[in-house]
Amino acid sequence: MTAAALTSESARTISAPRGGRAARGAYLATAACVAVIAIMAAPMALSFLASIKTAADASAVPPHYLPKALSFENYSKVVNFQAGLATYVGNSALVALMAIAGCIVLAAPAGYGLARFTMRGREVAFLGLLAPIMIPYQALLTPLYLDFAKVGLVNSHLGLAIVHTILQLPFSVFLMRNSFESIPREIEEAAMIDGCSAWRRFTRIFLPLAVPAIVTVALFAFINSWNEFLAALIFMNRETSFTVPILLVSVRIGNHGAVDWGALQASVIISIIPCLAVYLALQRYYVSGLLSGAVK
Amino acid sequence: MRRTRTLPQWHGWLFIAPALLFVTVFVLIPLGQLAAMSLTDRSLLGGGKLIGFTNYWRIWNDASFWRALEFTAKYTLVLTPILMGLGFAVALLTVKNTLLKRLTRTIVFLPVVIGLSSSSLLWFWLLDEQVGLLNKLLVDLSLIREPIVWFASADLAFWAVVISITWKVVGFGMVLFVAGIQSINPDILEAALMDGASYWGRVRFIILPLTRRVLLLTTLVSAISSMLAFDQFYIMTSGGPRGQTFTAVYWIYQNSFISFKLGYGAALSIVLTLIILAFSTMQIALTARSAET
Repeated sequence: MTAAALTSESARTISAPRGGRAARGAYLATAACVAVIAIMAAPMALSFLASIKTAADASAVPPHYLPKALSFENYSKVVNFQAGLATYVGNSALVALMAIAGCIVLAAPAGYGLARFTMRGREVAFLGLLAPIMIPYQALLTPLYLDFAKVGLVNSHLGLAIVHTILQLPFSVFLMRNSFESIPREIEEAAMIDGCSAWRRFTRIFLPLAVPAIVTVALFAFINSWNEFLAALIFMNRETSFTVPILLVSVRIGNHGAVDWGALQASVIISIIPCLAVYLALQRYYVSGLLSGAVK
Repeated sequence: MRRTRTLPQWHGWLFIAPALLFVTVFVLIPLGQLAAMSLTDRSLLGGGKLIGFTNYWRIWNDASFWRALEFTAKYTLVLTPILMGLGFAVALLTVKNTLLKRLTRTIVFLPVVIGLSSSSLLWFWLLDEQVGLLNKLLVDLSLIREPIVWFASADLAFWAVVISITWKVVGFGMVLFVAGIQSINPDILEAALMDGASYWGRVRFIILPLTRRVLLLTTLVSAISSMLAFDQFYIMTSGGPRGQTFTAVYWIYQNSFISFKLGYGAALSIVLTLIILAFSTMQIALTARSAET
């Protein structure tokens, strides 16, 4: 069920037209939509326009709305910033990939176990797996930092990926369980008659049928890991291990004290492009994930 | 039942075990360590002597912590109604699935998927008194004479963050509300229309009551994340001016990772966890109930 693809039946009756007043209402609604789009799109559009100004133009006082000339000066500054943009994007991507893998590898079997077995204590296990939602991860960062420092997981991709997996695991388990529960019994019974073991049934029958849920899990894990700030700030404290959100903050501090506004907006644009691209490509999954798991 | 015979049910544990182990190692044990640490005077340099509940007693008398907590509560109480009200308004506006309305929903939702650090730095620039385009726009429209210096006063800095976060997350409530409204049985709305109910009458007496649970749940989710606010204040205000915009999480960060008072920071974390626990228990109870019906 996605917001965009729902039956328009109910939507139509909510504001069914009634004569002249309704027509005026429709015009007003159209005008309001255009206004909302303008207000909501302006900040990112202006940031993009600032990022393609020349560095001097981007820091001009008073500022201009539009670039005087097209320039990639700001971007090339960000590309060569400190350890280099490639390092930071690489760090973020690697951490996100590991977090995605962690969420899928842990949540898919767990969801299957919770949905398809009726062993004693199942409800307790389910609640136990959802428990991390109730504990703000912000509170756990100090003990985790001390533990990780002992085993070399500070300034490590794996260490940060573990924290990001903690963040996403309850939601992922919830989503996978619901997805496995909705698969009809008949399919499983047919496989059972064919003599499939539980593990084979899981990998051969259930996993392929749960691909939409897996995509949703991966999508949320990616976006939340890519954007996560506090744990990255604490755990990745060496210049070469920064992730993109931490890079942004260092670009603002800059090399010389004064804020380099053009470079800052270029780095903002670089940081949001992967999120927008992934979201726009997989919008359906994102919205359905949001709806089924307003848990977190 | 044949199922129970052909397949030992305890096998389910094998599938759940890795996730349970992960949660135990990386959530439950650290939580225990946190609780234990909160009873010590540990710092990053060493220490770790048991001092009983001294840290908690210190929290009781720590005016800065209470000010941070009060500030966080104020932020939550101001922001949540704005987010829910605007989110609901945009949802009503765009609930039909026409091209323009779907486009509006997509655009409104875009900022939800970008990072808080990105949006905070974006707004930090837009609001700047020298190069900020929002100030320029307001001056050009003759709404203000002089650019506003947003981050020099605690009040204005507070509103600067509220504005930026409203832009950032208003789409979250909107999407949930649109789905809630669209799932209302069309017959009910049809009947109300037949009875001559006005648009606002339908909103007031049908849509609002029938989406109450979604509204409540979204309000809770949104309030919890506001209570845990950190990024936007760290980036936009740095807790200033004069420490007036520290949030609870920011204060914990400050104690644990800037002043290295780990024991004290742990006690603060436990207090915050208990506060959040109260909220999320409500949330889970509500989710469970809405799953039943």
